[in-house]
Amino acid sequence: MHNLKPITALGGNKAQIETIGTVTISECPDVSLTSVTARLGAEKTTATAFKKVLGIGFPKPMLSETKDNVTAFWTGPNQCFVEAPYATHETLAASLATSLENKTSVTEQSDGWVRFDLDGTDCFSVLERSCAADTPTMPMNGVTRTIIEHLGCFVLRRSDHHFSIYGPRSSAGSLHHALVATARSVLAQK
Amino acid sequence: MIINHPILGPRDAQEFTYLGDASLLNRPDWQANDAADQFYNYQYLRDNPAGEHRELWFHEQGDRSWLVVTRNTVTHEISKVELASDVARKEGRSK
Amino acid sequence: MTQKNRLTGGLIDRTKPLEFKFDGKSYEGFEGDTLASALLANNVRLMGRSFKYHRPRGPLTAGSEEPNAIVELRTGNRQEPNTRATTAELYDGLIANSQNRWPSLKHDFMAINDRFSQFFAAGFYYKTFMWPAAFWEKVYEPIIRKAAGLGSLSMEADPDAYDKGFLHCDLLIIGAGPAGLSAALTAGRAGARVIMSEEDYICGGRLNSETYTLDDMTGTEWAAQTLAELQSLPNVRIMTRTTVIGSYDHGIYGAVERVSDHIAVPADGAPRQTLWRIYSKQALLCAGSTERPIAFENNDRPGIMLGGAVRSYVNRWAATPAQEIAIFTNNDDGHRTAADLAAKGIKVSAIIDTRADAPTSEHTTVLAGAKVKDSLGRLGVKQLSVELADGSIRNVSCEAVAVSGGWNPNVHMTCHQRGRPEWDENIAAFVPGKDGPPGLSVAGSAAGIMSTHGALTSGAKSAVAILKGLGIKAKAAKTPEAEDAPVSLQPYWYVKGGKGRAWLDQQNDVTVKDVKLAHQENFRSVEHLKRYTTLGMATDQGKTSNMGGLAIMAELAGKSIPEVGTTIFRPPYTPTSLGVLGGRAVGKNFHPTRKTPSHFWAEERGAVFVEVGNWLRAQWFPIAGETHWRQSVDREVLATRKSVGICDVTTLGKIDVQGANASEFLNKVYCNGFAKLAVGKTRYGLMLREDGIAMDDGTAGRMAKDHFVVTTTTANAVSVYRHMEFCRQCLWPDIDVQLISTTESWAQYAVAGPNSRKLLEKVVDREFDITNEAFPFMACGEITVCGGLRARLFRISFSGELAYEIAVPTRYGDAMIRKLMEAGEEFDAVPYGTEALGVMRIEKGHAAGNELNGTTTALNLGMGRMVSKKKDSIGSTLSERVGLKKDDALMQVGFKPVDSKEPVVAGSHLMAKTGEVNAAVDQGYITSAAYSPILESSIGIGFLKDGKNRKGEIMRAVNPLKNQTVFVEVVSAHFVDPDGERLRA
Repeated sequence: MHNLKPITALGGNKAQIETIGTVTISECPDVSLTSVTARLGAEKTTATAFKKVLGIGFPKPMLSETKDNVTAFWTGPNQCFVEAPYATHETLAASLATSLENKTSVTEQSDGWVRFDLDGTDCFSVLERSCAADTPTMPMNGVTRTIIEHLGCFVLRRSDHHFSIYGPRSSAGSLHHALVATARSVLAQK
Repeated sequence: MIINHPILGPRDAQEFTYLGDASLLNRPDWQANDAADQFYNYQYLRDNPAGEHRELWFHEQGDRSWLVVTRNTVTHEISKVELASDVARKEGRSK
Repeated sequence: MTQKNRLTGGLIDRTKPLEFKFDGKSYEGFEGDTLASALLANNVRLMGRSFKYHRPRGPLTAGSEEPNAIVELRTGNRQEPNTRATTAELYDGLIANSQNRWPSLKHDFMAINDRFSQFFAAGFYYKTFMWPAAFWEKVYEPIIRKAAGLGSLSMEADPDAYDKGFLHCDLLIIGAGPAGLSAALTAGRAGARVIMSEEDYICGGRLNSETYTLDDMTGTEWAAQTLAELQSLPNVRIMTRTTVIGSYDHGIYGAVERVSDHIAVPADGAPRQTLWRIYSKQALLCAGSTERPIAFENNDRPGIMLGGAVRSYVNRWAATPAQEIAIFTNNDDGHRTAADLAAKGIKVSAIIDTRADAPTSEHTTVLAGAKVKDSLGRLGVKQLSVELADGSIRNVSCEAVAVSGGWNPNVHMTCHQRGRPEWDENIAAFVPGKDGPPGLSVAGSAAGIMSTHGALTSGAKSAVAILKGLGIKAKAAKTPEAEDAPVSLQPYWYVKGGKGRAWLDQQNDVTVKDVKLAHQENFRSVEHLKRYTTLGMATDQGKTSNMGGLAIMAELAGKSIPEVGTTIFRPPYTPTSLGVLGGRAVGKNFHPTRKTPSHFWAEERGAVFVEVGNWLRAQWFPIAGETHWRQSVDREVLATRKSVGICDVTTLGKIDVQGANASEFLNKVYCNGFAKLAVGKTRYGLMLREDGIAMDDGTAGRMAKDHFVVTTTTANAVSVYRHMEFCRQCLWPDIDVQLISTTESWAQYAVAGPNSRKLLEKVVDREFDITNEAFPFMACGEITVCGGLRARLFRISFSGELAYEIAVPTRYGDAMIRKLMEAGEEFDAVPYGTEALGVMRIEKGHAAGNELNGTTTALNLGMGRMVSKKKDSIGSTLSERVGLKKDDALMQVGFKPVDSKEPVVAGSHLMAKTGEVNAAVDQGYITSAAYSPILESSIGIGFLKDGKNRKGEIMRAVNPLKNQTVFVEVVSAHFVDPDGERLRA
């Protein structure tokens, strides 16, 4: 085992978690993320292999599929991201590359992104001040990509008022600042 | 503006990057006898219509699809939106 | 009790008295008041001085269309000029000051302008400040700026925050008057997603200002009852204090919510205002209408107001402008005002009605067929001079005048996309045209339906029709029984005759005469009229004045008003602060900041950072004793060249390219060949634009047969990715290649210098052989480090030294740089920043952004032979153009000063050793320059005509900006290790 100690996207040794009013904003570093893209003409074989390996269907546009602690969400034509706990799935990309064989292109994305979770009844008020996505009408497994703080971010709905936001890791500080400032603004307006 | 993405439905134009005339799909054959002239036309000569215009938009902050958007440059009415790869194939492009 | 003009009733809360100050004097008002209503209640009618002539002015209106009563609100860094007293909500401790006067509102020195008004007529500026031209900036502009203008800026930074937000709805209802409320009720009950916006702080619109009933309720009661039901519906969002400022393409509306303007200071964390972008499927404009005045001589004295405004003050705010009020009208509205005033016990001097067949009034004398010729009174109206139907003059005493000239539908929003309003003869006003924004319907008086009953019905019916189009079944809300009087109006725009000035646009001091003068001087199109006279400009955009101007123009031109037409209404509907447009994107939050994986470590070491796009990169790492940046940079360069240095190069773009056709694809996007690159090897690649100009360069490492890792420059990471997707999707849609950015996934460090291998051998796990034989120059591969962490190693060099780039997952980047520094201790390893990086690449003659500057070709860069002619690639055909391949084409070369103490300055242009210095004899230019601590000389690289064949020539590098000329020798751009022995070592 190597002896290198990871830091979170915000630069800490552990996740930063804040509760502002009813909304909790959590940095979620325990995420392994892998992009899976079907190669040209291999959409069906990829979907079949995907189902076999992960037990879930290749997600449809703007949706996610979940089984146990593995979720796959649509990110582009014939492409999805697979997320799983980092602690148990650090080398998810390598194992998917092997198990899905050469009909797919697999790329590790774990550290390309920072994930912040928004949980709480006022999260819609925070989200409507953050991005153009119509979050209240998203299905419970809805996924969309939108702009937050000038950054292209994925927004995933986990449950009624629990959302995950994936933004570019290098801008984690700016994204976090924007979410926190907005949550404070929402609280101050109640 | 709102662009009705063929896969994702209506999306704010802010998510897109604009390139220009969809004639950029018609890249000439480099081995043609008059390739130099063809490339010159392709690169520099475009129509600038007041009215219906087929143009290329990239969903940069979205699913990274290139789209061919048919837009009226006078009214901004968008009458058609297609995946550029579909259009390119229809127009005979392959690899 | 000082509120002399306070009446009974009204929508104010007498249990909540509020103290406020106007021009330093304390007053009392109540919650529910505006600044204007509270001042009127305190018998203050004089609220400002006019723009040009400094005429004393009071409020004309009771809403956002106000031209006169504009004040500086608040003090210190929150001071806001040009705020309308008629919409500013009163709060405890409010401080307002009048503007555009000195030393005081009552004694304004600049009122002298009024005496010289003949000099300030229309086109004054154009005629007066013509010559000499030298005076334009130095003399005229300062004078004009000082004399003109309204409020003053605090000159301090705005302390408040502004939010932005995005909303979605089936139906956006703009305005919550009778039409809006009844539409919202209809749509809300049908389950549609409704947003109803209202610029006022209470809903109801005119219902709160008029006295007629809806069924057995007052207008206010009905509005409150309706609002209560709407609030109970989860699908309806009610936004008060929110002005829809513009209609944009495809159903998008902009709206400003004044979150905190009604309180002294925003709550901690709360914004002052929020800018909403509303995505609507359909919208319904229920913006009501604006009353218009009738111009007569000296019609601008404080106390002369619009009739509807007088009713608002009296009924809604229980504040009368005066105890004796005269009425001047051309329609039945004037009589309504008389009845309301009488009911409040206010004396109505007379109703001066321009109509010969004016109805009688039970409340006062009606002077039918009469008109107001003039008014008297210094700081407020005291008396009217009225010409009766028989031509005789009668003086009517009064302290205020309620003027009613009819109502103009608020069509603005229907014109924001160049729609043109249409003339409606019945109400003598413009109504929305049929070419308004798609998806926008209009109801109520905004549509020219002027009765309460009509507004209620049209709101409900419009909602039903709109929802039907959206596939939602709705039933029109039942309309209560309400006033349904027809409009009885005789168009009457201004009183003719007389020598004095009759004001049309009180905000810009434009008179009837000015319009006539403009016409006389041939400024006859409405757009010219506007620019020449300034009619309809500034904060109120002529909401109360445009129609009068058009009517006079029509009369002079012998045309009808619709033939004259209107100017175009553009967003915003009301003045909008720049702060709210900027939102939170101010200061350091103007754009997001990107931090490298070694950022926190570099901060600890006291690195100096530089912004590179959004990235913050370490520029150099000063150590104790260094007082000048050059000391740090020189040390970093020398230490790296001597032993080993480490630099964070994560910011370079990384694109993962996979697929069966990956190598063919790279062959198409790079001008040089990639098909034959072996697995485990990296190659330098140059991308051209289709026009043959260099776009970007970088490397591509082949990790597997169908897998490459492409790097781009930091600046072009996004555009290169976009371009590659364009090539993939638009040009070669059947090519099997998949692209994804991995820029941020990997922390990548350059380890450079003769001891770099030794250093790396300490961190790379033993099973990976990185000796020169096993891992030669340009090798690449997947390895593990520090006992099993996955990593990538590339043997590439930007510095010209034996060098590697090592990449680990970003979360381990911090630990990795610490590990590398620790392992490098025995070699005196240094971290180096972007400056040292720049020095070393210039010493090596490597092109960067300064050379790939959008004008240079592969040939210019000395890489002409790299452009493969055996294959098709982007830009290869057009790079062959004759003009780009001339014999004397610019070639990249190096430059050294003849006197090594002299600097080479980037941007300098190259001229022959002797002779003239001008653009015609320009030989090229220097793109990059640095001090080379190895050569102990300033050096540069740049482009010189036929440079390849001119080595040894002495030239002048001329920098006219600093009047600087340096003699330089043309040399090879490869100053250090020209044969590349070091990087292959």
